[in-house]
Amino acid sequence: MALHEQIRAYIQNNLVVFDEQAKFSDSDNIFELGFVNSLFAMKLLTHIEGTYHITVDNDELDLANFASVNNIVALIERKRAEVEA
Amino acid sequence: MTKEIKCVVWDLDHTIWDGVLLESEQVVLKPGIREILTELDARGILLSIASRNSREDALQKLREFGIEDFFLYPEIHWNAKSSSIAHIREHLNIGIDTILFVDDQGFERDEVQSVHGDVECVDAADYLHLLDHPRLNPKFITEDSKRRRLMYLEDMQRKQIEESFEGPQDAFLASLDMVFTITEAAEEDLKRAEELTIRTNQLNATGRTYDYEELNAFRQSPNHLLLVCELTDKYGSYGKIGLALVEKTETHWHLKLLLMSCRVMSRGVGTVLLSYIMQETKRAGKLLRADFVRTDRNKMMYVAYRFANFKEERVDEDGTLLLINDLSSIASFPPFIDVRTSILENTTRY
Repeated sequence: MALHEQIRAYIQNNLVVFDEQAKFSDSDNIFELGFVNSLFAMKLLTHIEGTYHITVDNDELDLANFASVNNIVALIERKRAEVEA
Repeated sequence: MTKEIKCVVWDLDHTIWDGVLLESEQVVLKPGIREILTELDARGILLSIASRNSREDALQKLREFGIEDFFLYPEIHWNAKSSSIAHIREHLNIGIDTILFVDDQGFERDEVQSVHGDVECVDAADYLHLLDHPRLNPKFITEDSKRRRLMYLEDMQRKQIEESFEGPQDAFLASLDMVFTITEAAEEDLKRAEELTIRTNQLNATGRTYDYEELNAFRQSPNHLLLVCELTDKYGSYGKIGLALVEKTETHWHLKLLLMSCRVMSRGVGTVLLSYIMQETKRAGKLLRADFVRTDRNKMMYVAYRFANFKEERVDEDGTLLLINDLSSIASFPPFIDVRTSILENTTRY
């Protein structure tokens, strides 16, 4: 499964609203839409650090980096590139 | 500093009772054990069990003795006690270095010690001295500590219902009818406030502890705001679970201390107090600063600040990280919680 789908699936499994109410595109801000709460941000951080073997630096702990599928994927890919470099 | 013990984990055979249950049903409670359990419970220290036994038989025996209700998340099976203690720690969400383990067998104590170096292990032969153990004598016994076991029992009930709940998490949380009350600390809150600064590790922005007198001075100071919060739901009260100390200056409000009991982490209320302070600071027309001192446990608090749009400003000489927030974006309260405040109506204070 491509990274975008993996992240999307993870978010969908953690929605605080019913699935049918939660339609979002890869660029939608899921926090502003109210589909997830701040507790989820914390859970998401732990999840991506554990699953993708990356460590998010303090200066990247900006909610914007976690606010949409695209931004999360971009963050993971950037961190992975750093590890490989 | 050696931390106060939050949970005592007991073996059963030759520890709680004389004899081995598997060999004879005629085991008897050790002299004084009921009194010790009762006293520890009254001090707000949690109790649990790590025993190699048949679960049903052992629970039945505890029930006969009338002491079953003392024990939270008892681990009674044939697996290693180190894993039992790990499970208990996870259920109670407390630090491994706040657990004390009592067992009559050196082998079991060594096995636990080899895996969990920070667990204090005590030979059951010394059980009569337990009540005098310095780490089992909390500095304060508050309303919250006396009710602690009850609060965990209510929590077990909530968890069972949560696990069987179909539907999204918010709907479950909404079904709890949670009320989050923020008030200025009254004198009778100070013991609990001090206790919170000592007991809270993960969701603690600075790890600083304040004693009763210091807190009392802040409470009365016109330049400070000392806030406590309480959470209740339809199953009962979680007690006083959060504390914040704000210093008010000409241009800024400054969060010197922010902490939240780990018990409420799964309730999605962790950011309510912070959001509230952000709202009030903005209403007062000030900027908000916050101190953060890194400890080995509190990364989650740093993340909470950053996700609430705090930026790093500078590091003080003593290592305190200063965060600043322009309050351009403030999270609203979660819809599933009723937030009540009984302060700041009399705005003449600042």
